Amino acid sequence: MSTVLTNITKSYDSEKPVLNDINAEIQTGEFFVIVGPSGCGKSTLLRMIAGLTQISDGEIRINDKVVNDLPPKDRNLTMVFQSYALFPFLNVWDNVAFGLKARKNTSQAEIEKRVNEALKMVNLESLKDRKPRELSGGQRQRVALARAVASDAKICLMDEPLSNLDAQLRIKMRQEIYALQRKLGLTLIYVTHDQVEAMTMADHIMVLHDSKVQQIGTPAEIYKYPANEFVASFFGVPPINILPAVKVSNGRINVNNDFEVNIDQQVPADNFKVGIRPNELVIEQADELHANASVKSIEFLGDEKIVYAKMSNNGLEVAVEVSSDADFKAYDTIKVSATEKVLLFNGDGVNITRNAEDVVNA
Amino acid sequence: MLKTSTTDAIPDKKVNATHRHSFRLNAKDKYYAAVFLGPSLLVLGLFVFYPMLKTLYISLFLTNTLGNTTVYVGLGNYVNLISSPDFISSLFVTLFYVFAVTFFTVALGLLLANLASQKLPGIAIFRTLYSVTMGVSVAVAAIFWLFIFNPSTGFFALMSSWFNLPVMNWLTNPTSAMWAVIITTVWMNLGFTFLILLGAIQSVPNTLYEAADVEGASSNFQFFHITIPMISPTLFFVSTITIIGSFKSFGLIDMITKGGPTNATNMLVYRIYKDAFYSGNYSKSSAEAIILTVIIAFFTLLQFKFLEKKVNY
Repeated sequence: MSTVLTNITKSYDSEKPVLNDINAEIQTGEFFVIVGPSGCGKSTLLRMIAGLTQISDGEIRINDKVVNDLPPKDRNLTMVFQSYALFPFLNVWDNVAFGLKARKNTSQAEIEKRVNEALKMVNLESLKDRKPRELSGGQRQRVALARAVASDAKICLMDEPLSNLDAQLRIKMRQEIYALQRKLGLTLIYVTHDQVEAMTMADHIMVLHDSKVQQIGTPAEIYKYPANEFVASFFGVPPINILPAVKVSNGRINVNNDFEVNIDQQVPADNFKVGIRPNELVIEQADELHANASVKSIEFLGDEKIVYAKMSNNGLEVAVEVSSDADFKAYDTIKVSATEKVLLFNGDGVNITRNAEDVVNA
Repeated sequence: MLKTSTTDAIPDKKVNATHRHSFRLNAKDKYYAAVFLGPSLLVLGLFVFYPMLKTLYISLFLTNTLGNTTVYVGLGNYVNLISSPDFISSLFVTLFYVFAVTFFTVALGLLLANLASQKLPGIAIFRTLYSVTMGVSVAVAAIFWLFIFNPSTGFFALMSSWFNLPVMNWLTNPTSAMWAVIITTVWMNLGFTFLILLGAIQSVPNTLYEAADVEGASSNFQFFHITIPMISPTLFFVSTITIIGSFKSFGLIDMITKGGPTNATNMLVYRIYKDAFYSGNYSKSSAEAIILTVIIAFFTLLQFKFLEKKVNY
């Protein structure tokens, strides 16, 4: 009982494929997030699972049944659209009941029961007679959710459902969607470009980029053991610092010709890079003789500060997370170094950190 | 924060106050109002309001053959008309014509627009073909259809001969003459109606259909439960236009049947024209014109009331 994507490819005309050889297995009842930058094909992939877009090659199986040629209505799933796709001429109640009425195999009593339950679940009972235009963005979003809830389909697809909401409401709806998914045991396939949404909600994340799957894993795996430079940079705010490095001796590398780091693994002689999260970089005030960077700007975030510094060697910019008590000003000369928790990437950007390989290839 | 909100509130009230004052125009405002309203008032007054009032005035008198008023008869002309079976039959003929034309124009327009909104290769050709009657003048359309209806050389006669059916003389039989005029008018109206409805159908957001697809709605269900409600404002718009337009139909009738046979297609407008300019009965025709105006005003009002209530979402 799962949704299995095998060698999915999508190409328009004979150009470069939009999606190339996508493989994934989505377990029943899990929260599966497809994430990637705009234009990476994530919405296309979701629409292909829904049956709204034809696949060019490969196979989609839902619960051991090949659904490649099934129309959307026979795939037994629901979908929440970015624009919510509410019917402006129907009130909230009728919007939620639309699918049940359309299928014509549900009794009136059953429809009423299911719709009322769904509205209760998203706290919209009191607004059931309103038209969509009389609702706020968050309430419209809830109607779209209720529509998915009212259907008895166990697979729910969501295409950037929160992108039209403001930041605070987005956090609230994120929690509500998560709670709803757990409560109903839905298999939720969720598309977003927002790495925070992916990290906070997902059981498993699929990172799409350049029409290929970059990595599939739990949020922790993706953050700690990114498969490559792209995945490492995509997750985490501010993004990971990527700097060139060379080998000094066994167990010691020189980063950006500015500072040295101890590592306990073999590395190539040169042509590799290190990735250091902002909280793994260490800075201290230093006089000009010992400094290897200068402070460019500082962002105050409450508990911590982000210091943006310019490496004196080649002008590369790094972000460093420091305690908000730390006293740094723009143009301060500083000395940058790092803890031993660094990631190593080879010339092609593939993660070659020891430990990482096992996880990534698992 | 508090300070800005209070300063926000106070000007608000001030704006309201000045707004109320602004209805008392000073001399300069009055001058500008006159300058801006003048041209359209002049044109409308000269060509719309004056003739309308004059028509109302004439309808209360008897006239001589020059159109000059002679004897004041009050509502006499109206009473005569309402008690004349000839006029009443003309009224019913007009109503039948208007509703048949509106029904078939909107129904066919909707059918064609729905077909042409499908995403098929070459569909643009059909979109052009279906809207082509917009560019055809009434005279050309009338001649074109006269050829088709012609009992000896027409297309319908040809078809009858293929199936060994008796040849029908469309324009000499009262019933078929009415349908001939209806068919021609619908054909003329179709291009515009089609184009407007096509635009409306194409502006329905695609995600509504996709959502319905996922939810399991058949295409019939989608047409009646998404397309029709979504385009209902436009449907009412084209219905109103068609109703008003067909009440005023003149050119096609003049060229195809001249109101005949036996007054079977003698619509109100054509009757007004004949009474005034053939029979020289200006007062009678003025009264008819006023009655037509009232009828059209009534339908327009009805449509607007309905539009307000039912179609706004």
